[in-house]
Amino acid sequence: MRVLVDHFDVFAGGLWLTFQLCLLSAIGALLLGTVAAVMRISPIPPMRWVGAAYVTVFRNCPLTIVFFFAAFGLPALGSNGDFLRIPGLTTIFSRLGVDIPYFRFAIIALSVYTGAFVCEAIRSGINAVPAGQAEAARAIGLTFTQNLRFVVLPQAWKAAIVPLGSVIIAMIKNSALAGFFGLVGELSNSGVNLTSALGEPIIPVFIGVSIGFLIMTVPLGLLIDHVERRRAVAR
Amino acid sequence: MVTVLLLGAGAYYLVYRPLDEQGQFSMELWGPLIDPGNEVFSLVWARLRDGFVATFIAAALAIVSSLVFGTGLAVLRIQLKSLNKRRFTGLIAPLAVALRGLSWLLTIVSRLFVEIFRGLPVVITIFFVASALPELGVDLGDILWYLVIGLTLYNMVVIGEILRSGMEGLPGGQREAAEAMGLSPFQTTRMILLPQAFRIMLPALISQLVVVLKDTSLGFIISYEEVLRVSGQIIQALPEPNPIQVYAVVGVIYIAVNYALSKLAEYTQRRLARGRKTAGLPPEKPPAAITAEAETALN
Amino acid sequence: MRIARLTAIAAVAVLSLGVAACGGDDGDDSGSTGGGTEGKSFAAGSTMERLNKAQKIIVGTKFDQPGFGLKGLDGKPAGFDVEIAKIIADELGVPEGNIEYIETPSAVREEKIEKGEADIVVATYTINDKRKERIDFAGPYYVAGQNILVKADDSSITGPDSFKAGDKKVCSVQGSTPAANIEKSLANKAEQLVLFDVYTKCIDALNSGQVNAVTTDNVILLGFIARNEGKFKLAGENFTEEPYGIGVKKGDTAFRTFINDTLEKAYSDGRYEKAWKDTAGKFDDQVPTGPAVNRY
Repeated sequence: MRVLVDHFDVFAGGLWLTFQLCLLSAIGALLLGTVAAVMRISPIPPMRWVGAAYVTVFRNCPLTIVFFFAAFGLPALGSNGDFLRIPGLTTIFSRLGVDIPYFRFAIIALSVYTGAFVCEAIRSGINAVPAGQAEAARAIGLTFTQNLRFVVLPQAWKAAIVPLGSVIIAMIKNSALAGFFGLVGELSNSGVNLTSALGEPIIPVFIGVSIGFLIMTVPLGLLIDHVERRRAVAR
Repeated sequence: MVTVLLLGAGAYYLVYRPLDEQGQFSMELWGPLIDPGNEVFSLVWARLRDGFVATFIAAALAIVSSLVFGTGLAVLRIQLKSLNKRRFTGLIAPLAVALRGLSWLLTIVSRLFVEIFRGLPVVITIFFVASALPELGVDLGDILWYLVIGLTLYNMVVIGEILRSGMEGLPGGQREAAEAMGLSPFQTTRMILLPQAFRIMLPALISQLVVVLKDTSLGFIISYEEVLRVSGQIIQALPEPNPIQVYAVVGVIYIAVNYALSKLAEYTQRRLARGRKTAGLPPEKPPAAITAEAETALN
Repeated sequence: MRIARLTAIAAVAVLSLGVAACGGDDGDDSGSTGGGTEGKSFAAGSTMERLNKAQKIIVGTKFDQPGFGLKGLDGKPAGFDVEIAKIIADELGVPEGNIEYIETPSAVREEKIEKGEADIVVATYTINDKRKERIDFAGPYYVAGQNILVKADDSSITGPDSFKAGDKKVCSVQGSTPAANIEKSLANKAEQLVLFDVYTKCIDALNSGQVNAVTTDNVILLGFIARNEGKFKLAGENFTEEPYGIGVKKGDTAFRTFINDTLEKAYSDGRYEKAWKDTAGKFDDQVPTGPAVNRY
């Protein structure tokens, strides 16, 4: 167990980096997912096709392949993900601004992949909104966007919050893969490095890494359980 | 119409042009994959086939063992729940206390097991199963088994929770009726609750198969030769390394297989819904959180 | 030292003459030793005798190391390490087709030897004292060294010290010794280091400009230079020494000596040179002189 104390900075640093990655990716995924969900219910057929194709592709593709294309396909397209160097954000999340782009690539991969699941979660929320709501809104002359903004989405969010929570938990766990695509110092990668490069004993390192992830996933899971149970009672 | 044009133009300028300029569409890179006349075409596809076979074997073993152990876990947790309500009044005091203590302990352990393996990245579970088991003196020989164990630890928990919530979501009358007929709690679970839970949860279970299939790709971490690792070897062995092309082809195959599976899940869901309607039962929907988890779990 | 080695070679030469005499003429073609199989005799109870009787040997090697051990499109590993293993098998009287290859990534090499799952491990396996606590090494049969690969037109990087300023980015492989070595020269890990699971990914990153350099053992880098004509070069001299050895079970001194003898024999009769030219020599046409084996 000494390794946990000796290398505390490694675990703490890894947790912090993983947390940053998850936070930024969650924001990205929620934005992308919402846009995709709106596209999927939009009145314009090509928009619906694009939304559906996006969801189909990313729900059925292993994340490893998505990561690969973010880390090696984007450079082939001539992009280093520089659009993510948002002024202001880079001062808080210093990794966002460094020259090495794999933190940005990881955010892109996780956002795009998770966005497909977010889209489905929101769509299930939208389906839970009684059809009469949207019809009534249309009847009083609201446009599609107004209808979405004031009537459908606010209610859909509420119904979608539990599945969205599960999606985000899954995403936190998925972030472990970033360490195998160039991001140095992330939690799982740090653990693997401690055992295979420095020869530290495996089980204590495993416990350290596990604690790091469980700190993020378990409270979120309990929160969702709580919300779900309160809902069930309210119903 | 405008959107179609916009999309087309965007794809052309942002994707096609830069790729073309780098020669990513050259036959040297695509030939081994799409040109049957290419001298290594059959070798490449023979390796890819082996890779996919290895992927399917690992996925099949993992889903079967997850089902078996997941069912066991669900039954255990349901039994423990009813056991915890019992007071063991017929028994002498120390024995009753011991039994109650034991059932509490088991409850806590099983709950911890669920929370831990549900909350851990599968890639970490696999990596540490493969490195910790040999350290503890358990040697399974083939890497395949470490991958199967790693995948099972996660998926049995998810499937277990799917089944458990399925059983708990059944109308209370089912259990009461079974008990009124004189069935023991275990008989009730086995003969009444579990079969119904399986039926309700079948679509979610098929979706879980998609998850397992995708998760198998994490075997690369312990150098199990599934299709993505084989792809990596092919790329290195070709005179002109073509990662983008190989991964694109493998990705498309993955998407096709998983898409077919998720269509199957939708189909069973529809069939079940119809069956239930004719039977005059209220349509039971699995709790949203559980199905979403089943569908979104690690890649 | 020199004299000791010469006498050793002489002794092996005499010994091998004796063996060759039994097997008839196996002078020039190492593949035709099938007939010599029965002719070989080894001390009773030795590992050599066991392998010869079983007519089978299990070799641990890398499956992802271009030039040394890389699984080809035919599903069989190929490379310098594999050729060395074939020479040893041949000396044991085990036909080439009866060699079974298992993959031994860096992390499991000692374990596979200890458990007897591999009879020998030839897998770009650097000899060091920590490893000698668990297994024994024959060889070395090659001395590699860590070096740095840069783009051909880049003169700003000359060695590990070039990373101290903090503006150059370098790529290596996770959990590897080269990665640990270069880390010591970095000013800021987060801004300078990239790690992948295989070197080809590093090469892609160097190609598209995400990193300025790739570091690992020189032979691996030479492989990439050869494959991408004129694109890359080495930045300077090797800055470490990595003697590659052959791992055998701890305490099996007779087997270790046998392999050492075999290596020395291969150095002198041209099989070593041929093995090099057929594999890693495609990247580095300078045939290495077989390093003196270490009979500790």
